[in-house]
Amino acid sequence: MNTKLRACLGACAVGALSAGAAWAETTITVATVNNGDMIRMQGLMDDFNAQHPDIKVEWVTLEENVLRQRVTQDIATNGGQFDVMTIGTYEVPIWAGQDWLVPLTDMPEGYDADDFLPAIAGGLSKDGTLYAAPFYGESSMVMYRKDLMEKAGMEMPEAPTWDDIKKAAEAMTDKEAEVYGICLRGKAGWGENMAFLSAMANSYGARWFDEDWKAQFDQPEWKATLDTYMDLMTNYGPPGASTNGFNENLSLFQQGKCGMWIDATVAASFVTNPNDSSVADQVGFALAPDNGLGKRGNWLWAWSLGIPAGSDAKDAAKQFVAWATSKDYTALVASKEGWANVPPGTRTSLYENQEYLDAAPFAKMTLDSINSADPTAPTVDPVPYTGVQFVAIPEFAGIGTQVGQEFSAALAGQQTVEQALEKAQALTTDEMEAAGY
Amino acid sequence: MATQHSRSAARLMMAPAVILLLGWMLVPLVMTLYFSFMDYRPLRGIAECCVGFQNYERFITSSSFADSVGVTLIMVGGILAITVIGGVLLAMLLDQPMWGQGIVRILVIAPFFVMPTVSALVWKNMFMDPVNGVLAHVWRFFGAAPHDWLSQSPLFSIILIVSWQWLPFATLILLTAIQSLDSEQLEASEMDGAGFLSRFWFIVLPHLARAITVVVLIQTIFLLSIFAEIFVTTQGSFGTRTLTYLIYQRVLESQNVGLGSAGGILAVILANIIAIFLMRIVGRNLDA
Amino acid sequence: MARASTPQKKAVATVAAWTIGLLIFFPILWTILTSFKTEADAIANPPKVLFFDWTLENYGVVQERSDYARYLWNSIVIAGGSTLLGLIVAIPAAWSMAFVPGKRTKDVLMWMLSTKMLPAVGVLYPIYLVMIRLGVLDTKGALIVVLMLINLPIIIWMLYTYFKEIPGEILEAARMDGASLREEILYILTPMAVPGIASTLLLNIILAWNEAFWTLNLTAAKAAPLTAFIASYSSPEGLFYAKLSAASTMAIAPILIMGWFSQKQLVRGLTFGAVK
Repeated sequence: MNTKLRACLGACAVGALSAGAAWAETTITVATVNNGDMIRMQGLMDDFNAQHPDIKVEWVTLEENVLRQRVTQDIATNGGQFDVMTIGTYEVPIWAGQDWLVPLTDMPEGYDADDFLPAIAGGLSKDGTLYAAPFYGESSMVMYRKDLMEKAGMEMPEAPTWDDIKKAAEAMTDKEAEVYGICLRGKAGWGENMAFLSAMANSYGARWFDEDWKAQFDQPEWKATLDTYMDLMTNYGPPGASTNGFNENLSLFQQGKCGMWIDATVAASFVTNPNDSSVADQVGFALAPDNGLGKRGNWLWAWSLGIPAGSDAKDAAKQFVAWATSKDYTALVASKEGWANVPPGTRTSLYENQEYLDAAPFAKMTLDSINSADPTAPTVDPVPYTGVQFVAIPEFAGIGTQVGQEFSAALAGQQTVEQALEKAQALTTDEMEAAGY
Repeated sequence: MATQHSRSAARLMMAPAVILLLGWMLVPLVMTLYFSFMDYRPLRGIAECCVGFQNYERFITSSSFADSVGVTLIMVGGILAITVIGGVLLAMLLDQPMWGQGIVRILVIAPFFVMPTVSALVWKNMFMDPVNGVLAHVWRFFGAAPHDWLSQSPLFSIILIVSWQWLPFATLILLTAIQSLDSEQLEASEMDGAGFLSRFWFIVLPHLARAITVVVLIQTIFLLSIFAEIFVTTQGSFGTRTLTYLIYQRVLESQNVGLGSAGGILAVILANIIAIFLMRIVGRNLDA
Repeated sequence: MARASTPQKKAVATVAAWTIGLLIFFPILWTILTSFKTEADAIANPPKVLFFDWTLENYGVVQERSDYARYLWNSIVIAGGSTLLGLIVAIPAAWSMAFVPGKRTKDVLMWMLSTKMLPAVGVLYPIYLVMIRLGVLDTKGALIVVLMLINLPIIIWMLYTYFKEIPGEILEAARMDGASLREEILYILTPMAVPGIASTLLLNIILAWNEAFWTLNLTAAKAAPLTAFIASYSSPEGLFYAKLSAASTMAIAPILIMGWFSQKQLVRGLTFGAVK
């Protein structure tokens, strides 16, 4: 009701003003990724249009890899094709450092930027200034099938170790019935398998680079990480795992083919949605596993809305960003689609809202996971970089994907773990030298 | 024969096409050439001239370069082999009298109309997926474990997908060629007691030589720049990184424009070597 | 080389050709079938071939998410525009090469083909920068020109080989009768060339329609054609087989239908001088 009132107030005010004079319509182009929350927003645009009848929003919805290539190309050349870009925690600090993004100061009244979760806001800021507004935030956690665990006579600890995971995977696997104990990302890409593996490596005490920017794939910690990963996936994983990314695994889990899945916390609302998931009422949650070294294998990511400095409609773009990441938008989604479907992981207030906590059984685990990730000190040993599942330098996207391809090829059985690590070490060293480290 | 008048008219008529193509070739080529001598990494805000042949040296000496050239040749060669051999056989079959010839021809040419992105998506998700793909169902029906196409035989899978798209093109051109074959000659040789194989070898194949070179030339031009099929299916992993894809990774994924541009120039040179080789053959055939 | 054949032979050929034809067509057929299934039926094991609850739900979902008509219109304008523009440039060029061949004609032709060797991914940066400078990013006009240039070598070559087969004696005779160059083109060449031009036009439309690199990278919201439409469906979340099939069907249906109706015209001129 509150939302509606405000929406009406805004619309009526603008309506009254415009009654006298025609206003110029501003068109903004929003580039976004084709995931569920973003698609949902496109269906709720009536509310925005009512508040801002003078702003017309055009959408460019693309698959993640295509989107990233398009927006990077455009911002690096100052092409000015987009007024709002959907970007992640990796891009924001790098682009902000080049002054390519508009700082999100002087947001409209009631925006309450202090309400953003500190871990999330920290990843999107440079020198304390916010450069992109988080639309939803995520960490990673274990999602498991309560019924299968029960059948196996086991119980999932709230904070499991990798050993617990292995035992559970073994017990739940029933290949005859096409139930695989564990589903993990295998598809090559810095945002696909390397997101998972880098985070997992953190819990094994591994790191991408030492303090002198020397690649660390020749260290035993990486070997231990990959050995565990390969062991889990070859013995208890689904067939064709080396081409499975987030979407493929989500589909498998929803079909009831995975016993466990360690992936993004946002997946929780999809796997518990009875419309899409055949196992909706049987999903339990646990923190991402650790190895007793003080770091857990969970990452931190936020899909965020940033405004490129080359935009010619910065004010309108800001209005849109403010609307999309506001508390009111959350309330709007809740009123239309239910609390379980609101974009999670960005605002403290959401996790203090009893209605949300009641509707989303995964809320507490999501918040705990996000809070336990620390991009400024991601590893056991000190590192010169920030970022949990990535290294916030421009070269990383290229290096990460190539390393990911080597690891993916190892999972596909085309080379051994040793060969993959050797190649990863060589190519990373090579690329870093070229970049002048 | 041609008068001076018609000659200059002819030149005038060619001018727009030549000028346009010259511009389309030179502008990007010169800029790419320029970038290839720069340290140009936009994400770092670096755009410095000039670093000499450093980019070329790096591109050539990295182990991925030789691999990618090999992969490109295998991929293009494989697709050419499948489409040409398949095309000849299919064209000979379609040339036989049969019921419903028109409909069969419609069925056969259909893949040519499918955009590469769609065909890659359909093959990847609905056919080659090891859990829900149609091929997995077929394998299971025969009691075999589903084959994981894109990770166990990635290069072959991509060759298969692209061949499916280009088989219709090859078949159509070869079919027209076969239809123009003098049937009396064949009948005469049949009377003389020549078997099917020798008829095929000594009469049909020589007649098709010209059509085959045309198919090879046109397809090579398109196949050297295969991109969408790799991007959608394997993203260059499991040894499917062609030269084109390697350049994509350098320019757009790593945003190292200088290095990628050097790769682009190398690709142009290599492609032209192949092209000259092919055009020699085709040129000879066209004159004949 | 069609010859008299026995009914047995004809039966064997029919069965073989239909089997292979259906096999080649099967991926498209399967996509179309799947687009009418529910997501649950789409992944049923064993697969449901015809006996499922037919539904239009997926098309509704896809349409709701993206405005199909706009992408379709852009595809039509871009493919059609680049084809017409291409023919306007190519016909005179091919004509003059075929009928007034010089010493260099063949070299020019080969050079034209070689411009297609520039890898698109390598020159994206230069082209993008030029387009920014000209202020034509995300416009249909820019894409029409780019696609025209990409396909120009192929269509000039195709027209050239077709024109060359038009016997020169006819022209000679016309000239003897005092026909001017204009009349020669208008009354003698054009009617003979129409089948070749029609076929070239169709091939160019197909190539332009399916071009997926430039159309995706040089557009944002305004000029995006169906290749961009499909890029937003390439890996959606959750169960997506039926929706992907619906989007795929929508992307290929127009060109598939056009191709089928015009296949006779397409085939007639599609020889590239392969037939002597």
